[in-house]
This record gives sequence, structure tokens and C-alpha cells, in this order.
Amino acid sequence: MNPMYLPLIPGLILGLGGMVLLLIGVLSKRDQTCTCTYGAVLVLVLAAAFCLAAPDGMLFAGLLKTSLFTRFADTMVYLGAAAALLLSLDYNRREAMARFEFPVLVLFAVLGMIVMISAADLMSLYIGFELQSLTLYILAASARDSLRSTEAGLKYFVLGSLASGLLIYGISLVYGFAGTTNFISLAAILANGAGYGTIIGIVFVLVGLAFKVSAAPFHMWTPDVYEGSPTPVTALFGTAPKIATMALLFSVMLGPFGHLLAQWRMIIEVLSILSMALGALAAIGQKNIKRLLAYSSIGHMGYALMGLAAGTLAGTQATLVYLAIYLVMSFGAFACVIAMRRKGQAVETIADLAGLSTENPGFALALAIFMWAMAGIPPLSGFFGKLYVFSAAINAGLTTLAVVGVVTSVIGAFYYLRVIKVMYFDAGTPGFDKTASSVRFVMFAGALVTCLFVFIPGPLITAADAAARALLG
Amino acid sequence: MNQIGFPILSLLTFLPLAGVAYLATLRGDEMAVASRARNGALITSLGVLALGIYLWMAFDPSQAGFQFVESLPWLSGLDVQYRMGVDGISLFLILLTAFLTPIAILSSWSITKRVRELMMAFLLLETMTIGMFCALDFVVFYIFFEAVLLPMYLIIGVWGGERRIYAAVKFFIFTLAGSLFMLLALVWLWRNAGTTDIVTLLHTPIAPQAQMWLFAAFLASFGVKAAVWPLHTWLPDAYGEAPIPGTIMLAAVLSKMGAYGFLRFAVPMLPQAAAAAEPLMFTLGVVAVIYISFVALAQTDMKRMIAYSSAAHMGIIIIGIFTFTVEGIEGALFQMLSHGIVIAGLFVCTGVLLSRGQTLTLSRLGGLAAKMPAYAALLMLFSLANVGLPGTSGFVGEILVIVGAMKVNFWVALLGAGGMVLGAAYMLMLLRAVLFDKLSRPELGALADLKPGEYAMLLPLAAMVLWLGIYPGSFTHMFDASVNAMVQAHIAALTPHTALAMVTK
Repeated sequence: MNPMYLPLIPGLILGLGGMVLLLIGVLSKRDQTCTCTYGAVLVLVLAAAFCLAAPDGMLFAGLLKTSLFTRFADTMVYLGAAAALLLSLDYNRREAMARFEFPVLVLFAVLGMIVMISAADLMSLYIGFELQSLTLYILAASARDSLRSTEAGLKYFVLGSLASGLLIYGISLVYGFAGTTNFISLAAILANGAGYGTIIGIVFVLVGLAFKVSAAPFHMWTPDVYEGSPTPVTALFGTAPKIATMALLFSVMLGPFGHLLAQWRMIIEVLSILSMALGALAAIGQKNIKRLLAYSSIGHMGYALMGLAAGTLAGTQATLVYLAIYLVMSFGAFACVIAMRRKGQAVETIADLAGLSTENPGFALALAIFMWAMAGIPPLSGFFGKLYVFSAAINAGLTTLAVVGVVTSVIGAFYYLRVIKVMYFDAGTPGFDKTASSVRFVMFAGALVTCLFVFIPGPLITAADAAARALLG
Repeated sequence: MNQIGFPILSLLTFLPLAGVAYLATLRGDEMAVASRARNGALITSLGVLALGIYLWMAFDPSQAGFQFVESLPWLSGLDVQYRMGVDGISLFLILLTAFLTPIAILSSWSITKRVRELMMAFLLLETMTIGMFCALDFVVFYIFFEAVLLPMYLIIGVWGGERRIYAAVKFFIFTLAGSLFMLLALVWLWRNAGTTDIVTLLHTPIAPQAQMWLFAAFLASFGVKAAVWPLHTWLPDAYGEAPIPGTIMLAAVLSKMGAYGFLRFAVPMLPQAAAAAEPLMFTLGVVAVIYISFVALAQTDMKRMIAYSSAAHMGIIIIGIFTFTVEGIEGALFQMLSHGIVIAGLFVCTGVLLSRGQTLTLSRLGGLAAKMPAYAALLMLFSLANVGLPGTSGFVGEILVIVGAMKVNFWVALLGAGGMVLGAAYMLMLLRAVLFDKLSRPELGALADLKPGEYAMLLPLAAMVLWLGIYPGSFTHMFDASVNAMVQAHIAALTPHTALAMVTK
């Protein structure tokens, strides 16, 4: 086999693996959800292994490009998807929505995401974007008999198609004015400046992608979709697609459009400030923990965008570190939400957690660790994400952004603290059901990583640095 | 590696964490776990104290610089290293923490609610506090400084009094807001000097214009921690609502973190801004001494009165630091130690009453001297030390600060000393209300005097009060060199010509 095609293998594994699992599910007489889920996890592990072993390369005449940067982002997506599958296993069975299509759809979504991450052409970018979006719409509505879930799916679909429309419109404008969709050619053309048409096109592309990372003011769908979707799907929404889209934002904005940094930086700054502010303020009044996490994720995306606004090597590294840390915290927090079940019913309000620390100290401590980490309190991992983005922003001269970040962190700390307060200080008997071992695994592994990151930060930071260098050359 | 060949500072810092790990493994019924947790925590903290005393013995007082320095690569790409070291300024604050943690743990003996978690929180708190005083890298310092919030928040919120939730959240948000501004200052300094090594930062010149902003950020963070007026409003709530051992750690150790921050960062790194802020800081200090003393006079609750007295004495420490004289700074440092021990003693005395099921409302106490003579003697000793009676620790620190202040500004010295008269007034009022008068309620007559466990807490504190008061030299000569070097550096930074003259001479 031509070694040029080695970078393609992970994608092939995902696509073919997904189809094989689909066949198993369709042809088998018995319910194969469990087999398919574990099969999908295995496919993800295999794909991740091949992905990490694959060399850098350019595929299909410049449609896709792999580098250390794409491998870094791919790995995060694989991890996120695998964790979501582990969480779904027990949840879907208890909610009587266990279907073998679920893991298969997750695999196809992951395929879409890695195409997005490796895209080196506006066309492949759009194809990857649509593949993951369409599968995610279905996943949002996967609890077919639940009104909220179908509503979430429909809402996500309608607003998501709008974003897709904006994105493709932007792409067509860029193509019309620049005459190419290839990233390398675009970079060469735009190095000499760009006309208004191209700039408008870039703005549309940016808006389409901002919608997917749910940066304010394009966040409207997030709270409703997070609340309505089945929790494992929410966990997936909160992590893998956001990481993939954020990686795409970096590779597009700093790649072909990198020379126009001065033109689009202001937009990113505004998105970042609005997201941080909205994430901090709107979450205060929330009673439902999934909605709280939705607003919290909007805020986190604001912090992550700070690195893009910096537009530097350090900024890219900072965002990659931030995303990796966010991935772990976020999954841990969602595992805790999934573990909130009373008498077979999922409960979702923060008040349901009252008294948890006496009844189940391990669970309460894990959730407290995630909340503190999200608030960015050292020595937990979340602090380091914030430290890196703040230092990147200040070094790039974006002091306002950093000051806003600091103020919103304080405000944000207030609602994260409220969750801890309810668990530790309020009296109550949550009486939660026994947590499934797969959920417990995600919860405690996440808590351990979040706590111990302070002792061994080296590997992640070095890897993020190398990935950032690979992106910016 | 350092001069004694093993990483003593890391050991001091992380030994309590080993205790936490041990406590986490305890299994069995609640009573057994509780008593083993108490013993485990006490033994761990005594081990830390032993190590601390060894550190004191091995410390070379003739050197002004940092000793026992350790460094390990840590955050790659950012040039942030794990650096630890002590000098004369931090040495005794580490010892103070190591000395007071076992006492705080002993004073929590009567708490029966979730003992294991409480002990784990105290050991975590000890790790964070000692680590903060040892840190020689600004990022490492910041991490420990912030992380103190986590155990303290839980200590106030879980084991505190009636309004504990309000107090815990207020404490957390106030301190977090302050320290995030320090984070911005940290990143700015980092960018300016290209490193976060504190030793390098101390010698990196900073433009006077920028110093003002940085000083404001430091004031926001250290001022909140040290409860400088008007940033002190979280203090009465937190001190009042925290359980006794928590109050001891808050008042005796955590408030020193703010003063230490001023001494370690604000003054030496920002000499021009610190000099320019001198009138402001004197004003804040004098207001703290006088105004907060008046507030203390108006309190009706024993614990709250001591809490306000603690805040008033922080004013003296601030005045001492900002005189920039050797006497003033040594006085401030000495006062930090003395205040830590005296306040701890007073709160332990408060805890003695609480553990006998008594209220702390002053009007419902009285006449205890007749029934509890030993208790009365010790409470009297700590109260008089708090007032600054010669022969006790409080005197040495206050007289040094006032001498330092007198050199700089007569009015500050006068008003500061005047404030201490108010201190005498409220402490004597407290003594009269608790110990003398007549028994306000008959059941007070039935109270037993001190038990062995209480002696174990109060006698070491009393011994320290007298030692510090009678022979202060054994402490001051340890920090003479560091303070002298600091004052020299400060003068040199303000007047480049003198520095040149000193070199040529």
C-alpha cells in the first residue's frame, strides 16, 4: 500500500467499522446494543491507535491534510466519543432507549469530525461539517418517545441548518472572490490582502462555525438542546463536536485566513467576551444542572476563543491545553449528572443534590472537584487552562480580554460554588440509585486526572506545543 | 539540592498530604474512624512540627538570601519551575503554621460531625499554607495561595454556625475576586521579566507607572486576605461562623498570608509604588486600629469581639510594613507571630466555653474566675498579651512598630499607639464580663476547670507568649539579616545615588 494513504486508515476504520456494526445490528435476531457499543469503542480505540501512528500527509490532491495538530485534536475527539459511549450504555438501557443505531451514529459523527479537523479545502470542510451535524441532529432526538428530546432534535436541526446555510454561503463568497477553495492557494492569494467580498465571506464562515461551538451570540440553541437531549448525547455535544469545530476554526482562521488576522481578530474578541459574560451571568439563575452546564460550556468556549484571538503560537497551544482539560472536566461532570437517578427516574435539578456529601461522599467529592476545576481554582486542572489562555492573551496585548476573563471567572465561581454548597451544606437525602460501573469509571477517572494534573502537566503541555507548531509551521 | 541534602521544604509541605491519604483509607464504624482520624491527623501535624523545628535549627541566620532552595522543572514551555526556599521572613511563618495546626486539631476534639473529613480539610489546609510560605515561584505561590480557599470554604460551610453558608460564600468570593487580580498582575510581571522566579522578579526593575497598577492588584488580593479596612467585611462573618479550629487557622495563619504577600511581593518588587502608597496604607492601618477597635467595643459576643480585635491588630502589622524601617518591619513580623499565637490562645479559650455548652454572649457570662482559676489565669495572660503588656509577646511587636513609625511620621505613631489604648479597653471589658462580675446564671458555677486536653493546647501557647515576650532575641536574630537586606534594597531602589555611594564607599 502506498504510504501516502496511511493517514486515511483511521477514517476507513471508522466508516467501515460503523457499517459492519450496522449490519450486525440489523441482521441479528437479538438485541445487539451492548455488542455494538463495545464494538464502537473498540473501533474508536483502533482508529486512535492508527491515527497516532500515521505520518503527516496530504490526501486527495489537497483536500485533507494530517499533521501533529490534527492528530492531537483527533485524539481528543476519540476520547470524547468513547467516554460518551461508555456513559450511554447504562443510561440508554435504563431509559428504555437502547438501540444499536446509537453507537453507529456516534461513529459516523466522529468520522465527520475528523474530516473537519483534517480539512485542507473549504469543500472537504463543509462535507465533514455536514456529516457530523446530520448525525448529531438524529442523536439529539434519539429518545424518540420523549417530547423534550424530539423538540431538542428539531430545534437543533432548524438552527443548525441555518448555520450550515451561512457557512456554505460564506464559502461560496470566498470562492467567488478568491477563485479557489484550497487552503494553500487561498493563503497565497490572501497574503496580498483581500477585498470586501472575501472578508464578508470569511465573516459568514466564522458565524457558521461559531454557531457550532455555541459562542455567544450564536448560542441560542445550546441550553434547550442540552436540556432536552438524553444526557450521554449532551455529554457528547459538550465535548467532541466543540473540540472538532474549535480545531477547525484554528486551522481555517490561522491557515488560509491567517494573513487577515487584523481584520477578523475583533470579531473573535467580541465573541469571546460575549460568551464569557453570558456563560457567567445566565448560569446564575439556572435550576437545572444540564442547563447550568450548557451555559458553563458557552463560557468555556469564550475562554478557549481567547487563544484564537491572540492568533499566536502560544495562543494555539493555550487553547489546545484548555480544550483537553475541558474535555476531562466536562465528561466527569456529565457522568455525575447521569449518576443522578432516583427510583429509576433521572433527576436534573441542582436541589436534588442536597445532602449528597453525607450520603455518597465519593460522588459528591468528584462533582465538587469538577465544579471547582471549571471555576478555575488551583491546584485543579481547570486553573492551568485559564492560566495559559490569560497569559497568551496578555502576551498578545489583549489585556481587556484578560480582564473580562478574570471578572467573569469570579462571577462564574459563584454558580459553581452553589452546586458545591447544595451538596455539602444543605441538608437532604438524595437517595440516588446505585451508579453503574461504567459511569463510575468515567467519573473517578476524570476526577483523578483533574486533581493530579498539577503534578504531571508536562506531557499534555509539550504535546499541545508541538501540535501548535505543526499548525503554524 | 540544598545544604542539608534532602528536600525538607517539600517534605514539610507534602507530609500532611500523606496524612490525608492515610485518613482516606480508614474504614470501620463511625466512632472508630473518628478517633483514628483525630489521632492520625494529630500525629501527622506533630511530625510536621518536628520537621519545622529541625528546619529552624538548620537555618543559617547570617544569610539574607533564600536557603534550602529546591527546584524542579514543572510547566514546560512556560519556564515555570517548582521552586521552594525560605528566608528569615518566611521561616517563622512556616513554623507558626506548623505549631498552630496541631493546636487547631486538638481544639476540634469536641466536634463529632464528619470528623474524618474535618481532619482531612485541616491537613490539606496545612499543606497549602506551608507550601505558600515556601514557594519561590510566583505561579507555585499563586496556586497554594488560592488553594487555601478550598478546604477553608468547606470548613466554614460544613462545620460552621448558623449563618455559615452566607459566611462561606462571602469569604470565597471576596478572596477569589481579590486574588484573580493578582493573577493578572502575575501574568504582567511574568511578561515583563520573562520568568516567574521570585528571586529574579525581586531584582527586575519595573516602570513606576506600571507599578501603581500592580500595587493596586496586590492590594486587592493581599488586602482582602489580611482583612485591611475596608476590605475586611468578610472577616466578622467568616470568623464568627467558622468552627473554633477554623477560626484559629483563619485568624492566626491565613490572615498572615496577606501580610506576607505585602512583605514578599508588594514592597520589594514595587518600591516606588509602595513608597507612594505609604500615606494610603498608613491611613488604612490607623483607621483599622481605631475604627475597628471601636467596633470591637460594641460587640456583645465574645468570639466576635476577639475577631474584631484580630482585625484591629492587622492594622498595626500593615503600619509596620509600610514604615520601610528595620524596626517597623521587624516589629510587623514579630507582631505577626505574636498575634498568631495570642489570637489562637484567645480562640481556644472561647472554644473551652463552647465545649462546656455555654453561650458566648457576654451578658450571659461572668464570674468564672472563682470556679475556673486556671482558665481565668490563661485567658488573662492572652488578653494582656493582646493588649501589649510588657513581658508578653504583644509588647515587643507593638513597641518596634511604634518606634519604626515614629521615625517616619509622628502622627501615625501617636494614632496607632492611641488605638492600642482602645485595645486595652475592650480586652479588659471582655475579661470583666467573662471572668469577674458576678455569676449571671447559677449554672455557670458548676463549670469544671480546664481538662488535660485543654492544657495541652493552652500551655504551649502560653509558653510561647512568654518566650516571645521575655527573650525576643531568639526570634529576631533569625530574621535580622533578611529584613536588613530588604530595607537596604528598598532604600537603594528609591535613591539610586545613595546606592552608588554605598558601593563606592
